[in-house]
Amino acid sequence: MDTMQQTTQSISKPKLGPLATLLVGDKGGQKLIFALIAIAIIFPFCNLVFPQDSFFHISTYTLTLTGKYLCYALLALAVDLIWGYCGILSLGHGAFFALGGYAMGMYLMRQIGDRGVYGNPELPDFMVFLNWSELPWYWYGFDQFWFSMIMVLMAPGILAFVFGWLAFRSRVTGVYLSIITQALTYALMLAFFRNDMGFGGNNGLTDFKDILGFDLQSSGTRNVLFIASASALIIGYLISRFITRSKLGRVLVSIRDAESRTRFLGYRVEHYKLFVFVVSAMLAGVAGALYVPQVGIINPGEFTPINSIEIIIWVAVGGRGSLFGAVIGAIAVNYAKTYFTGAFAELWLFMLGGLFVLTTLYLPKGIVGLWQQIKQGDGKAAQLANVITAKFSNAFSKGA
Amino acid sequence: MKLLKTLLLCMVALNSVPSYASNGECETYLQSEIEAHQFNQDYQSTFEQQVCRLVDADYAEKEILINGIAKSEDENALFVINALLNADLFYNKKNGDVVTRKELENGKYQAISVFTQQELGEFKKRDLRKIGINNSLRRVINGVVAELQISSSNPADREAAALELLKAADNSALPILEKALTKESDEDIATILQTARALVLLQSDDAIARMESIQFLNGSLYVETRNGLNAFLNRAKQDAGLYGKAEILEAEKSLEAINQLVKINGVMENVYFGIALGAVLLLAAIGLAITFGVMGVINMAHGEMIMLGAYTTFVIQQLMPNSIGMSLVVSIPAAFLVSGLVGVLIERTVIRHLYGRPLETLLATFGISLVLQQAVRSIFGPLNQDVQTPDWMAGTFSVNAGLELTFNRLYIIIFSLLVLAALAVVLKKTLFGLQMRAVTMNRPMASSMGIKTGWVDALTFGLGSGIAGIAGVALSQLTNVGPNLGQQYIIDSFMVVVFGGVGNLWGTLVGAMSLGVANKIFEPMAGAVLAKIIVLVAIILFIQKRPRGLFALKGRSVED
Amino acid sequence: MSELRPKHLEQAYSLYMDGVSVSFDGFKALNNLSLYIKPGEMRAIIGPNGAGKTTMMDVITGKTKPDTGTVLFNNTTDLTQHDEAAVANIGVGRKFQKPSVIESLTVFENLELAQKGGRSIWQALFHKLSDERAKKIQDTLELIALADKQHELAANLSHGQKQWLEIGMLISQEPELLLIDEPAAGMTDEETMKTAELFKKLAQKHSLVVVEHDMDFIAALDCKVTVLHEGSVLAEGSLESVQNNQQVIEVYLGR
Repeated sequence: MDTMQQTTQSISKPKLGPLATLLVGDKGGQKLIFALIAIAIIFPFCNLVFPQDSFFHISTYTLTLTGKYLCYALLALAVDLIWGYCGILSLGHGAFFALGGYAMGMYLMRQIGDRGVYGNPELPDFMVFLNWSELPWYWYGFDQFWFSMIMVLMAPGILAFVFGWLAFRSRVTGVYLSIITQALTYALMLAFFRNDMGFGGNNGLTDFKDILGFDLQSSGTRNVLFIASASALIIGYLISRFITRSKLGRVLVSIRDAESRTRFLGYRVEHYKLFVFVVSAMLAGVAGALYVPQVGIINPGEFTPINSIEIIIWVAVGGRGSLFGAVIGAIAVNYAKTYFTGAFAELWLFMLGGLFVLTTLYLPKGIVGLWQQIKQGDGKAAQLANVITAKFSNAFSKGA
Repeated sequence: MKLLKTLLLCMVALNSVPSYASNGECETYLQSEIEAHQFNQDYQSTFEQQVCRLVDADYAEKEILINGIAKSEDENALFVINALLNADLFYNKKNGDVVTRKELENGKYQAISVFTQQELGEFKKRDLRKIGINNSLRRVINGVVAELQISSSNPADREAAALELLKAADNSALPILEKALTKESDEDIATILQTARALVLLQSDDAIARMESIQFLNGSLYVETRNGLNAFLNRAKQDAGLYGKAEILEAEKSLEAINQLVKINGVMENVYFGIALGAVLLLAAIGLAITFGVMGVINMAHGEMIMLGAYTTFVIQQLMPNSIGMSLVVSIPAAFLVSGLVGVLIERTVIRHLYGRPLETLLATFGISLVLQQAVRSIFGPLNQDVQTPDWMAGTFSVNAGLELTFNRLYIIIFSLLVLAALAVVLKKTLFGLQMRAVTMNRPMASSMGIKTGWVDALTFGLGSGIAGIAGVALSQLTNVGPNLGQQYIIDSFMVVVFGGVGNLWGTLVGAMSLGVANKIFEPMAGAVLAKIIVLVAIILFIQKRPRGLFALKGRSVED
Repeated sequence: MSELRPKHLEQAYSLYMDGVSVSFDGFKALNNLSLYIKPGEMRAIIGPNGAGKTTMMDVITGKTKPDTGTVLFNNTTDLTQHDEAAVANIGVGRKFQKPSVIESLTVFENLELAQKGGRSIWQALFHKLSDERAKKIQDTLELIALADKQHELAANLSHGQKQWLEIGMLISQEPELLLIDEPAAGMTDEETMKTAELFKKLAQKHSLVVVEHDMDFIAALDCKVTVLHEGSVLAEGSLESVQNNQQVIEVYLGR
């Protein structure tokens, strides 16, 4: 996010490990990683060690809820990578999240085995209910964990590749791209609602029992899933950081700000877009795969266009074009959502709608941008903040 | 119809029946019959007299009387026989009057004269006795009813009867059919009767009659015709010697021709549905074509403008519940104003600050759409509202025997084209249209020529939103009016505009119609959901080929 | 290629455009345009608005496909068969009329991005700036007089500085043929003259096609001038001869 410092760093070449180098000059990122590591240790510790009535106890509910937020944060990171840095506003990223989730869900379905209502060792309950006699071919292999994990990456990856290849090659950009990504997730939603698709139709996949032989309801498994989510977010952050601070990241920014200029410089814009789109889709897929065992269900509702647009608002609220901001935005908005849908259900949509309007009108740089402005007001690091603010405002007015 | 019948009955009653205050009707009728008999041994009893005699008749006599009643050609005959069949016919134990009865709130029954439909007073349950029938009588009555109906003076009754006869065309119906045909003046009903006769004759032993029937049936689209011909061919298959070769060939030819026609009908029906869906999409999308196409503003709240229009229709209907048809007419300008004003408000408060930043506009308007949805949900509740359809929009018109099309779709098609035409006129012929185009093409220049660009923007956005409101009026007649109404159409509307090409009303029309028809053509093949998916995927692929739609403007200026 | 007339193969051309026509919805943007640029030649193109200058550049750089005609680079490469990125990598650089630099990157990063080589995704992802390449960037920075602003965001530069930065990016691409659209726009007289000097220096190693309205600038370039009008060549020759051409005067001044 702070390319000026990056350049200085890459010239002076500090002697640091490859991972640590990634976080040089990224104060938000450093804090975030430390915080993530900390909660990955503290939350499970407090959950398992302290008794339920202890002040330090963290309930499994809170733990799982936080795990859910971490998955959302990874999803927001994926969207920020393409929107914040490459200017591709995907209104269909929920589809990749859901596909990753379905891949995981299919594995969990197969793990149920003959413990389903109908007790069929091969077929999931809904297939027995539909009078199917054998497993469809695309369900083969999902009884293997490794295969399912490959599909968690491949299913969103391949869809993103095919879709991106078609769209970017013919230079569908801007709002046109946004609208057809929305149509994509809409079409997938309709498709997954069909019973004939073999993904459980309306009800989706649910009633999971265990993962890798461990009971999904046990707090031990919950803790492991929580740690996995935190780790995935850390790794996702580092991957995104690696991409954005490489020269490729600068090509992406260049595509965002002046696409045709980038072409005339000799860069194959469509290849770059495709690359980052596929990476982003895979990150979203991983987020979905970690989300499903924690919430215990995946259904076609995840494909609804409104879900995908909500992701955008997380990123916008946090601060577009800042990886740190995307994570903060996802957690903040979702925390607010949990709180308000519980306390004032009627108000939530008003608030979410208002958030969209106010953020775009008054907070184009999101929370992160606001923070920078406040710091600037304090007179601390005014120069740096100045540079960043200018950078964001330009990114925003140009990239839009 | 019922009213007409009652009216006729009243007239008959007033002219012919002297009203005796003290005596029952039947007492009078039967008295006059006895008197008549005294003068003339061959006296033919009147309708009324025969009905009155039902009271004391045994089953054998009843059969004779029923036939007599049927032959009387009295307007009321069918009513009486039907009442008898449905066990609704009673007689007054005291005076023998034949009546139907109506239960009253006080537990008593109102007796109603079968002749005059006048109320004859309140009676206890046991004062009114049912006139009973048995199974063999029931059979007699059934035959008599069809025969009676076919000679009714009301064409709609006759058509219904003819269709009944067509359903149960067998030998016993032949004389009725022949008789009815000699009297029938209505061509359509005559065709039904002829078809029924042909179907009866198809089973006869007369080869010539059969052949004529088969030839007559060629092109007849009634389901019964197909069944009849199929049955005929089955009989021929089972018994090789039963029918001649020529007949069988002819029957196969007829059946083939009919199947062909049915197929064409099916396609025509789908195309009609498709055009109707296209009209709906057109209405939903032309507003978008203005805001998106002309102004470059992505209005995700466009669907909610449609929803507001639909709710306006609902509210106006609540305000004038007694004139549904009129309320619909009033709703059109009202919905235009409501949605248009909301549109202007959105433009002035939000969109104005976001020109040139389409992605931000998209997000902000999406937020507005959430707020509007929730607002409507808070005010009207989350459930669908019942918007009524005026009578003149209900019903169907039949193109041929196998193809009936609904009126409401026809109205929507015409309406959408009118709206499109009106919009084209506004854009091309009015000063506002000229200013709008000027601002679109060269904002600084338009501004320097004294055009208030801010106002033009606001009004343009209002126009687009207002048309969406009008679309909502139309949609309220086709679908449920609920807070999510707009959401169902927003993606389709965008697809129409993207497919047709931005900034081009003609493209919007072609886009809407293509999408509508494609959807409905795929539907019977693949099912509704899959058809929609196919169309969406097809558009996604189409955008690859022509990123700027079907009727895109070409050239350098459009590129960046 | 097959329509090529042999006599044009006798000589080496950096850019060979022959009989090129482009039309948009019936409007002929280019009408049988022919233009021949020798290696190391500098050519100035002038013409009224709508003469087809920008469309000509679009055709050369692969942005617009011509309806008919031949566009060859170094006598062998058919430019109409390539897209913008490929044409850029073949060795044609383009500067836009509106200065087009990446505003949210620093001056240094702009040049780094433009520097020749490393266009593939993997190269970009694992790119490490070598000392040699860093030195080259510093040289270019000196040349365009932006060395002291190298860590400024490009957005913060003045209009003229942006023009220079874009020229610097063009140089960093190390193309053989440079297409430059109105470089002097928004520059002071002094800057304009400096730019002309720079171009003259560049012309020793590169071929240049410069589109410009500023006659003083063209005079300073001191090169052959081509006048475009309604999509085809109206006149060609020295600035003086062109300025005295009756047709040119009519087109510019009206009848």
